[in-house]
Amino acid sequence: MIVFNQVQKSYQVGGRAIPALYPTDMTIETGEVFGIVGHSGAGKSTLVRLINLLEPPTGGDILIDGENITRYSSAELRAFRRKVGMIFQHFNLLSSKTVSDNIAFPMKLAGIYSKAEIRDRVQELLARVSLTDHADKYPSQLSGGQKQRVGIARALACRPTILLCDEATSALDPQTTQSVLRLLAEINKELGLTIVLITHEMDVVRRVCDRVAVMDGGRVVEMGPVSDVFLHPKHPTTRDFVFESESVDSQEHQRDLQKANGRILRLTFRGESTYQPLLGSVARASGVDFSILSGRIDHIKDTPYGQLTLSLIGGDLDLAMSVLEAADVHVEVVR
Amino acid sequence: MEALLSNVDWPEIGIASWDTLVMVGMSLLFSILVGLPIGVLLFLTGKRQLLEQPVAYAVLSFVVNVLRSVPFIILLIVMIPFTVMLIGTSLGVAGAIPPLVAGGAPFFARLVETSLREVDRGIIEATQAMGANVRQIIFGALLPEALPGIIAGITVTAITLVSYAAMSGVIGGGGLGDLAIRFGYQRFQTDVMVITVALLVIFVQVLQMVGDRLVLYFSRK
Repeated sequence: MIVFNQVQKSYQVGGRAIPALYPTDMTIETGEVFGIVGHSGAGKSTLVRLINLLEPPTGGDILIDGENITRYSSAELRAFRRKVGMIFQHFNLLSSKTVSDNIAFPMKLAGIYSKAEIRDRVQELLARVSLTDHADKYPSQLSGGQKQRVGIARALACRPTILLCDEATSALDPQTTQSVLRLLAEINKELGLTIVLITHEMDVVRRVCDRVAVMDGGRVVEMGPVSDVFLHPKHPTTRDFVFESESVDSQEHQRDLQKANGRILRLTFRGESTYQPLLGSVARASGVDFSILSGRIDHIKDTPYGQLTLSLIGGDLDLAMSVLEAADVHVEVVR
Repeated sequence: MEALLSNVDWPEIGIASWDTLVMVGMSLLFSILVGLPIGVLLFLTGKRQLLEQPVAYAVLSFVVNVLRSVPFIILLIVMIPFTVMLIGTSLGVAGAIPPLVAGGAPFFARLVETSLREVDRGIIEATQAMGANVRQIIFGALLPEALPGIIAGITVTAITLVSYAAMSGVIGGGGLGDLAIRFGYQRFQTDVMVITVALLVIFVQVLQMVGDRLVLYFSRK
């Protein structure tokens, strides 16, 4: 478990303290995939680097499994960092080392593994990230997705309990992003590793995260389970991110709503109700006519969801709403 | 042909070439041994680096700059008392090596500093995140990543030392430069001048070619 207790960070620029992270409380549970989403400069890079003290905090305590890591000596800190893997946007592989040697590098640095142990572990990791055939290549000979898989294998070499991902998919194309995210989800499930992932894409959060924190201007402005934050965003920044991920222009969307007649409702289906043929039966039962203004059916991690914006005309509106609510559909009256 | 090169004493040319080779080789070796650690220190103590130390950086940088700003011909003369103290003579091949190192090492140190600065900061950060200490970061990540740049720096330093070694002929340093000055310049033996210059050109060409090959071999980018 990672606990932030009034953790803050500021940088000294020309004698002035510029805050990068305002005092923040946060708890990340063991074994969960925790997303941190925010625009560039929101403080998410700083936040993730506080967890392995690449950036020391200027205030507050960071407790990892009950230990206050801000009080560690430099030797204790180095030993602790071996238990925290990290992957990067630009991979940061050593160009002078082969794929195998890159993966072996953290084990060699640790100085506690035998040659045979390192060789076996490298083989095992190469197989896990499906790069066995590329063991003796240099990073420059690999594609972006392959490089990130080397990065993941390297981060896992010393069997860490936490994996930090710094914009790990931002330099990759959509297909490669998918495969890297699948690999991360697989690792999380099979190894029970805690993953902290920062990104500027809500879509990445939607696919793999259990919980999410939204950052803006050095503050966490919203935090909670992904399905709550994603389907019912409260803070304007969060709303922007959700709209962005659905490629909806929020101003255009508002204009569309103004043109529509009747009562406008936003329905959110989660889980099994997503597949129920509900709208037709509601229309028959209550005699309302509806038109769909916008809609989306997708998945949050493994849970299907649907979100529809409807305008309803005529019939028994109250009956329609009570039928929907009885079927476990979240109904929000937009207008 | 015989008449054209009548003044050329081939065995003498052979000895002088060998002397130049020894001077360049020995001074290059010592320039690397002295310059590499200084270059690494310059890099590490620099702004926003691992061991940021503004005072140490300023002092080192000042010494390096002073040695680099003195014209080599002056450095040769200024160094004479130190050279005599160090190895007993300021003449011949041995006497030329200390001033050559004094000229070559700071030059090489700057080249090392520059090539270390070109290593992606992300690689240093990643190595730190793996729990590496400063020594491991230097030997495990920084130097291997900067190796092609450092080899290119060695090539440039070697070529500079060829020209410095030729200059040392002025204070009786030996080698092809000495020959060129004593015969080509002071006795107007143009043929000796032409041969020594041709040999120096070939020497530099070979050095550059070997250096380029090595850089290519160690570049994985």
